[in-house]
Amino acid sequence: MANSAFTPGIAPARLSKAELAENFSDLHTAYAPHEAAVAADRCYFCYDAPCITACPTDIDIPLFIRQIQTGQPEAAAKTIFDQNILGGMCARVCPTETLCEEACVREAAEGKPVEIGRLQRFATDTMIATGEHPYSRAAPTGKKIAVVGAGPAGLACAHRLATYGHDVTIFDGRDKPGGLNEFGIAAYKATDDFAASEVDWLLKIGGIAIETGQRLGTELALSKLCDDYDAVFLGIGLSGVNSLRAAGEERDGVVDAVSFIAELRQVEDLEGLPVGRNVVVIGGGMTAVDAAVQSKLLGAETVTIAYRRGRDRMSASRYEQDLATSKGVRILTHAQPVAVHGNGVAAAVEFEYTQDSGDGLSGTGETFSLPADQVFKAIGQTLDGVPEDLTLSSGKISVTGPGRTSLRKVWAGGDCAVGGDDLTVTAVAEGRDAAEDIHTALTS
Amino acid sequence: MADLTTDFLGIKSPNPFWLASAPPTDKEYNVRRAFEAGWGGVVWKTLGAEGPPVVNVNGPRYGAIYGADRRLLGLNNIELITDRPLQTNLDEMTRIKKDFPDRALIASIMVPCEEGAWKEILPRVEDTGADGIELNFGCPHGMSERGMGAAVGQVPEYIQMVTEWCKQYGNLPVIVKLTPNITDIRYPARAANAGGADAVSLINTISSITSVNLDNFSPEPSIDGKGSHGGYCGPAVKPIALNMVAEIARDAETRGLPISGIGGISTWRDAAEYIALGCGTVQVCTAAMTYGFKIVEEMCAGLERWMDEQGHATLADFQGRAVPNVTDWQYLNLNYVAKAKIDQDACIKCGRCYAACEDTSHQAIAINEGRVFEVIDEECVACNLCVDVCPVEDCISMVPMKPGEVDPRTGKVVEDEYANWTTHPNNPGACAAE
Repeated sequence: MANSAFTPGIAPARLSKAELAENFSDLHTAYAPHEAAVAADRCYFCYDAPCITACPTDIDIPLFIRQIQTGQPEAAAKTIFDQNILGGMCARVCPTETLCEEACVREAAEGKPVEIGRLQRFATDTMIATGEHPYSRAAPTGKKIAVVGAGPAGLACAHRLATYGHDVTIFDGRDKPGGLNEFGIAAYKATDDFAASEVDWLLKIGGIAIETGQRLGTELALSKLCDDYDAVFLGIGLSGVNSLRAAGEERDGVVDAVSFIAELRQVEDLEGLPVGRNVVVIGGGMTAVDAAVQSKLLGAETVTIAYRRGRDRMSASRYEQDLATSKGVRILTHAQPVAVHGNGVAAAVEFEYTQDSGDGLSGTGETFSLPADQVFKAIGQTLDGVPEDLTLSSGKISVTGPGRTSLRKVWAGGDCAVGGDDLTVTAVAEGRDAAEDIHTALTS
Repeated sequence: MADLTTDFLGIKSPNPFWLASAPPTDKEYNVRRAFEAGWGGVVWKTLGAEGPPVVNVNGPRYGAIYGADRRLLGLNNIELITDRPLQTNLDEMTRIKKDFPDRALIASIMVPCEEGAWKEILPRVEDTGADGIELNFGCPHGMSERGMGAAVGQVPEYIQMVTEWCKQYGNLPVIVKLTPNITDIRYPARAANAGGADAVSLINTISSITSVNLDNFSPEPSIDGKGSHGGYCGPAVKPIALNMVAEIARDAETRGLPISGIGGISTWRDAAEYIALGCGTVQVCTAAMTYGFKIVEEMCAGLERWMDEQGHATLADFQGRAVPNVTDWQYLNLNYVAKAKIDQDACIKCGRCYAACEDTSHQAIAINEGRVFEVIDEECVACNLCVDVCPVEDCISMVPMKPGEVDPRTGKVVEDEYANWTTHPNNPGACAAE
């Protein structure tokens, strides 16, 4: 007999195949051509447009929208890819509500910005669907570059280097490339295996080899890479996970949200993926929202995001918070976990209310308990596996300018490097800029 | 409540909204629906001479120009006059007039430029009970190749001659429909007037090619890979038509000649503008072809509401009120000085005013800290381009300077009295003021 939302513990198949397919379909459906034309017509083609300034990759947004308007989505895609080779994924996952669309003058005028993200997706999807790759490699330079990490930063870096005629090898610890695009990010934001298709499309540039199962600190040594290659780019992300520092954290049912999301992204059949009846997600970022919403979509009866500060301090955007609540997720604020209770397996999380007095967060002494078969930790990731001879600051790799580390031949970008928000689009910008700097360094 | 009834050449209609002679008025079925929907009058689709009717193409007759969201801005057609037998049309007109005696029914006519042809058709038209006739001297495509339509309308002598025949052999009021495909609309209007026309109607459609197909290089609308210029109409032509109406309304020879206004009338507001330029009725086609006959409800209700708000009891109260304000450039007041002013609270900081002024005009807008766009009065010539490109209504306005103030651009004191080019010192032909 099939399970339901009320099946105790952690169980698979709480919903039917059809319900799961519906729940995990595209969050924002793709524009049909006429919808895109209407949406594009709303762009005012601003002078020195604020949306461009707000885009970490500086995409010429008014230009690409005008290109859609004039009937050439492929030309629009080229404008996007020139700045952001992962423009397809960014169109899906960028928090546009806090970037380009927040800056859109129509947001100021009427609270309804031009839907830049969806227009970008229309353009990039159109080109990727044709299979056209609008770049070609320059004459081979004979230079070899190692890129560690096949996530957004590494892929963007590798592509730019390959266009200059350098030979690039990307190493990644997982069994397939894509990084968080493939293993992070909610499934409903990247349906139809888009992350993998996008990597395949990106690799059409040629000159990029990918070696999986290669992790820095275990299979790979930075010093060896520096010996074997002309330059090294580190885009290794943050693979460590912060602990709760609450009693009972080791109980079964307490897992990292990133692992849950990765498993969900890779599972063949969502029906086979177990989820708790009562799920508690601890944290306040995008990972917390992605884990919580997907738990609910898998059929959990109750899902609660518990965050120790107020909603205004959550790093998940207001849009993401509203998405969560619209799917039936409860957002509980000013609550920090004290202990996970249960007999071997988690059964409840005990919280203490907090107050922010201005000089730090403190518990109020008042506690309460939430039933929890499954507890997801989403309280931030940490840098893992970095050689000690790299200078770090605030737990990340120190960089100056376009990703230069303390080592002469080593650049870094993306989440593992200091600076910028931990966003796909920021990682792309950093990978791209580091590639430009590497190219300059190798050819001057 | 404002009275919309119209008396045009003695032809009464409950409102000034007539359907122009065009596809919507080609047969009884459509006209009946139009009158049931509330249209004040109909100019029946142009009748041709007795005999085998004209034929139309069997492919696309229309081409279009779109604005945002496929809003139809301009329509072009290559349809000819009615392609149904003359008697069929006459019989239908008779029935319609009998069933709708309070509505205006005008017969549009286009027969060869021969006295006999006109003499023959006029009594037959009168027998239908029609209230008037409209001479189609405007159709720019097809018929003009056969010496009719615009081919007549482009030769003032022919206009006068045919108008005279119609006055001589007919008893109905004669409205001469003018083609805009000429260089100066006053000449054909004067010819119609000289021929004894009771009124003119304008504009007919403008010769046009809507687009070129870039795959097969055929003009659109395309018939088997070829295209012919059609007649352009719809909202896009309204400014051209308004000017032509105004030229006739203020011309010494034709002043006071009744006008039925045509050209892109889509709303009550368009109609009010035509009436303010002197028109006694307005004729609509493209808007009806785009949205159906129901739009007349908005037109009547809107015009009535606006008239009530303005205190106009009848159409005559504001008819022609804008005519005295249409003048020649040389009489415009050169002592009138305005400056653009940007309402910072309304500004959404798109910067289009800046791009327009900086790239294409007078470099009179500055970008200040925080994308604050401000007019540089020392450079502003009040050209209005910033107002026109601003996406926010009433965000930028042209504020007249007061007499006595110094224009920072010219350093001159703004004069109180009116002065125009005719007396300007830079005008070699100026008459000295003293």
